[in-house]
Amino acid sequence: MIKEYRSVSSVSGPLLVVEGVSGVKYAELVEIRLPSGERRRGQVLEVNRDRALVQVFEGTRGIDVPKAGVRFLGRGIELAVSEEMLGRVFDGLGAPRDGGPPIIPKQRLDINGAPINPCAREYPNEFIQTGISAIDGLNTLVRGQKLPIFSGTGLPHNRLAAQIARQAKVLGKEERFAVVFAAMGITFEEAQFFIDDFTRSGALSRTVLFLNLADEPAIERIATPRTALTCAEYLAFELGMHVLVILTDMTNYCEALREISAARKEVPGRRGYPGYLYTDLASIYERCGRIKDRTGSITMIPILTMPEDDKTHPIPDLTGYITEGQIILSRAMHLKNIAPPIDVLPSLSRLKDKGIGAGKTREDHADLFNQLYACYARGKEAEELQVILGEAALTELDRLYIDFARTFERRYIAQGEYENRSIETTLNLGWELLSVFPKSELKRVRPALLEKYYPK
Amino acid sequence: MSENQEIKEKRTQSEVGMIVKVSGPLVVAKGMAGSKMFDMVRVSEQRLLGEIIGLAGDEAAIQVYEETAGIGPGEPVFPSHEPLSVELGPGLIESIYDGVQRPLDVVRSVAGDFISRGVEVPGLNRDRKWYFKPIVKAGDEVEPGDVIGEVEETTLIRHRIMVPPGVGGELVEIREGEWTINDTIAVLRTRDRTVNLTMMQRWPVRVPRPVKERLAPNMPLLTGQRVIDSFFPVAKGGTACVPGPFGSGKTVIQHQLAKWADAEVVIFVGCGERGNEMTDVLLEFPKLEDPRSGEPLMKRTVLIANTSNMPVAAREASVYTAVTIGEYFRDMGYAVALQADSTSRWAEAMREISGRLEEMPGEEGYPAYLAGRIAEFYERAGRVRCLGRYQGREQEGSLTVIGSVSPPGGDLNDPVVQATLRVVKVFWSLEDKLAFARHFPAISWLRSYSLYAESLAPVMDRLAGAGYGANCREALAILQREAELEEVVRLVGKDTLGGNERLILEVARSIREDFLHQNAFDPVDSFSSLKKQALILEMILRFYHGARQALERGDDINRIEKLPVREKIARMKFLEESELENRFKEIEAELEAELKGAA
Ligand SMILES: Nc1ncnc2c1ncn2[C@@H]1O[C@H](COP(=O)(O)OP(=O)(O)O)[C@@H](O)[C@H]1O
Ligand SMILES: [Mg+2]
Repeated sequence: MIKEYRSVSSVSGPLLVVEGVSGVKYAELVEIRLPSGERRRGQVLEVNRDRALVQVFEGTRGIDVPKAGVRFLGRGIELAVSEEMLGRVFDGLGAPRDGGPPIIPKQRLDINGAPINPCAREYPNEFIQTGISAIDGLNTLVRGQKLPIFSGTGLPHNRLAAQIARQAKVLGKEERFAVVFAAMGITFEEAQFFIDDFTRSGALSRTVLFLNLADEPAIERIATPRTALTCAEYLAFELGMHVLVILTDMTNYCEALREISAARKEVPGRRGYPGYLYTDLASIYERCGRIKDRTGSITMIPILTMPEDDKTHPIPDLTGYITEGQIILSRAMHLKNIAPPIDVLPSLSRLKDKGIGAGKTREDHADLFNQLYACYARGKEAEELQVILGEAALTELDRLYIDFARTFERRYIAQGEYENRSIETTLNLGWELLSVFPKSELKRVRPALLEKYYPK
Repeated sequence: MSENQEIKEKRTQSEVGMIVKVSGPLVVAKGMAGSKMFDMVRVSEQRLLGEIIGLAGDEAAIQVYEETAGIGPGEPVFPSHEPLSVELGPGLIESIYDGVQRPLDVVRSVAGDFISRGVEVPGLNRDRKWYFKPIVKAGDEVEPGDVIGEVEETTLIRHRIMVPPGVGGELVEIREGEWTINDTIAVLRTRDRTVNLTMMQRWPVRVPRPVKERLAPNMPLLTGQRVIDSFFPVAKGGTACVPGPFGSGKTVIQHQLAKWADAEVVIFVGCGERGNEMTDVLLEFPKLEDPRSGEPLMKRTVLIANTSNMPVAAREASVYTAVTIGEYFRDMGYAVALQADSTSRWAEAMREISGRLEEMPGEEGYPAYLAGRIAEFYERAGRVRCLGRYQGREQEGSLTVIGSVSPPGGDLNDPVVQATLRVVKVFWSLEDKLAFARHFPAISWLRSYSLYAESLAPVMDRLAGAGYGANCREALAILQREAELEEVVRLVGKDTLGGNERLILEVARSIREDFLHQNAFDPVDSFSSLKKQALILEMILRFYHGARQALERGDDINRIEKLPVREKIARMKFLEESELENRFKEIEAELEAELKGAA
């Protein structure tokens, strides 16, 4: 029998202190029973002699200090996994919320997982065609990559993520794929948008959803991405599926973490976020990847809204330090009606270099994107100059670059929500746009490739 | 851990402590009276590795190098009475270790693809045999640091077996042959005892290894990266830092240095960074050829990988593990380069532990001793006169330390950046604006500096040819002039510029695009010999001087800007080393002809 303690001594924010305990372990799962019969779940954050500090996922509201019963369950938080999870909807801790039966577990896994040994990793290098030029051509996604979308409130990040989920494929391969979708604090409507889209595209039966919506317990969000990734790891590394994980919105996750940290009265780091935010985020993002001699993979697209569109805010900043690049959406582009409003200059895919080139996309890809970047950057610079000094201050060449930048935004970056461009189309479009320049301006392209691909 | 240490870890009841508190990576235990600061301990029956970082009465604060979930008060703590140490000997090269020197490949074969807890594997392989070839003989007097023999560890590294610091006397016996690192290879009679020497030493990671004398750096560490070697060189035995926001190119620069720097041994520590970046190195280095020897680069490399998702306390230890291994190879007389990517993650690990200890926070929550620790770390770099002798002669070794810094939001006021800048001599400042325009390496030519540039100038001229240093200085001056002119352009437009000023802008662009810009992923451009660097720069400046004369003769800047030869200059960086000189002469001739053209 597990002992039940009735010795809660204080409640502060989402935390409980239980006194007089013995045998309690760090990070252990806790069950709290209220007189009404309601059960809540929690986790040990610290144990000091006979005092245990517990974070309560469903919050502490309504917990009557003398009457609450607390049991320490002697294990971490676990998720029951099996292939039957596909097509199902769960809450943030993995309990079914679609009215369906509980999962008959093939395995029970600790949701914290364990770090992948760097020696066991396979370097991600398989090109994923998303059909979106700004990604495929310039910020190429590869299988096993973590590539977040940095967005702002009201920007169409969900549409972009849905388009990627719909169109993403590895050329020339028919393999088992799945989508794991984790919602943290987003609205019902936003969640429904994804569900409808998955339904329309027929992906729903291959999707596992973990939902913690805006009106649901905030602290549960701390577990949600971990629950989702535990499921993803099982599907990928045990069952050999190629899993696309969408985590949205990481900003809400971080806020839940800040709430706990504030309640513990920890020394806050920047903007009140705890000093260990980097390490904490890494324990989520780094669960993505490929493993040697295992078929499956986890590719991850976390979505976050940047508070005040500020890329240097700790949430996007620390995310960018961990993920393998970032796709940044820009309000200015959105206002100019460029959709998807991808700000390509600060966007980056760090894994593109080994995912492109001959045999993967095309031999000219690397030189081409370097050249497109250089020309677009110069065009944007000239545009700035034009704003300050007026048309007259520009040289002929400056004007050529400005025109290029504008056409590039309208024709290359902008594309339809259902337009699925092949990589050939994307690359050829790049050359077509570059052909306004004389060859001598295209210094980033090696001579042989310039000869071969520069449109005659 | 070595066997004799295992034995020392007596598990008698009286010597075992007891956990009273667990908070993440921090464990507090009582009954620890006999222990000292920085002693290693084993926590719980799972025997998780930990280190004492605070003592008060009989209570010890312990940072635990493994995940502590499931550990609680009442469980035992086993003291070792030994400080956290690394094993030094043949087998280090080509290894990949975690922050506390567990070989990750061995861990994988024992525990599988995911890192689990309580895996005890020694840093050096106990079974592998190495051929030990003595270079001294019985009867010789030896002192600490003397090289007594050699092992061919890899095709690139001859591992010199040294008498450990603190030991000396008459060699009674020395045994050539195939031995493991635990076998006795020599017997030494000191004043009061006999000592059996093996090929392995142990050294506490937080203590610098002794040297005879510290010397001022006097040679460049050539990196094959044009902006570094030509503008902001680092010296062998020097220190450098690379701060910049994410995506600005810190890791690529560190990888480039690990690949191409002319060091004899490279220690690369991935400290709290991405798993895939270590995998990248692991897969790539065995395939890449050292441009000097033609051997795989892995044959001179030691990797330390404590990635961001691995335990944070082991991340704190990882830089010490790395620098101690670096010092050990330095002691053999080698030029060692150590890359730490990123020191900010190390500092954050310190901050996290300090927070759990409830120490008084300093700036940004970092502990007050942050600056001190950073200074101590970089102080372990240096050019030195090594202890002891090799083949009868004293030797010099060097350890160059290059740290990335990852300031929040790229803000250089960050305490880690500031503390680092106070101690290092070279500052490669990465600018996100350059990275956005894909100008790589995104090292700002206006903000960066090297305090070695002046003292290395004569050596550089000797290596690259006379006039090289002057060219470098002139090119930097042109770039500074460009920045001033750009201000003018921003205010009043380009029209007002005269021919000479427009020429400056053109030449500055050429220096930036044709010289400084260097694509790490281009097979030819990735590495640029000093000769190549000198020739490209020379050609760009010849164009500049020639064009100025032409302008003086009344030539038109619009014509000069469009000379066909300029495209050829721009493509010089893609030339193979072998075609370099011939092409230089051709381009030189074309340049002269074209400049004369209109006049
Ligand atoms: N010298 C270079 N040549 C080409 N590309 C580079 C170079 N340096 C950086 N990059 C590009 O920039 C990206 C980010 O560089 P990285 O070193 O990972 O940044 P950081 O470590 O500062 O976050 C790389 O993935 C690569 O695409
Ligand atoms: Mg990096």
